[in-house]
Amino acid sequence: MGRGSIKILYFAWLRERVGVSEEDVDLPEGIGTVGALQDWLRGRSPRHAAGLVTGMTIRCAVNQEFAGPDEAVRPGDEVAFFPPVTGG
Amino acid sequence: MASVRVQAADFDIGAETRALTGGRADIGAIGSFLGTVRDIAGGRRITAMTLEHYPGMTERSMARIAAEAEGRWPLLGCTLIHRIGRLLPGENIVLVLAASPHRHAALEAAGFLIDWLKTAAPFWKMEEFADGGTGWVEARDTDGAAAARWGTFPGA
Repeated sequence: MGRGSIKILYFAWLRERVGVSEEDVDLPEGIGTVGALQDWLRGRSPRHAAGLVTGMTIRCAVNQEFAGPDEAVRPGDEVAFFPPVTGG
Repeated sequence: MASVRVQAADFDIGAETRALTGGRADIGAIGSFLGTVRDIAGGRRITAMTLEHYPGMTERSMARIAAEAEGRWPLLGCTLIHRIGRLLPGENIVLVLAASPHRHAALEAAGFLIDWLKTAAPFWKMEEFADGGTGWVEARDTDGAAAARWGTFPGA
């Protein structure tokens, strides 16, 4: 059983590959960091695996602040995955 | 105080400059950067560009970037406007204005603001090509290097 839900957001080509812009997931036991969450999400579907690719630079934000793979994630958090930004 | 906006609508650099100065006479110098949609990328003709962003985080990031500039230079105001949605070649994308009593601070602050905006605010560009198809713009190392001259945005 999970510990409570977190909101996951996807942007740009990650959103296109995963096929949804956001989803609520039940955070499983043992998933406590951005990196672990990304690995776990990759196993949810082939589309998730295609979006949350390994070996390419994917950026993350936890509660709208940039976050590295070691950043903690907790139930109630908003976690976003996206490519390097290209505005301006 | 900084004025930070994310909007689909176009903006007018003259009107924004007047809004920034607001009749005050102590400014003396306004550094500006205006970014527009180019019609060619990597040799391919572009017919449109769509800007996506992360609502909420975008405004927070832009406000933090503006606050950082206000802490580094003696600014009397600054304006950051970034458009979103589908834009055509030649259209405005982004405007940065930095007001200060003297030109060096105004020009340096404007340079800082656009360099950090390009690398630390969550926007993404998708291009539509004249020969068919679309593609997401990839981040450029040169943009990262330009931004890094000023130090790094927390976590970006």
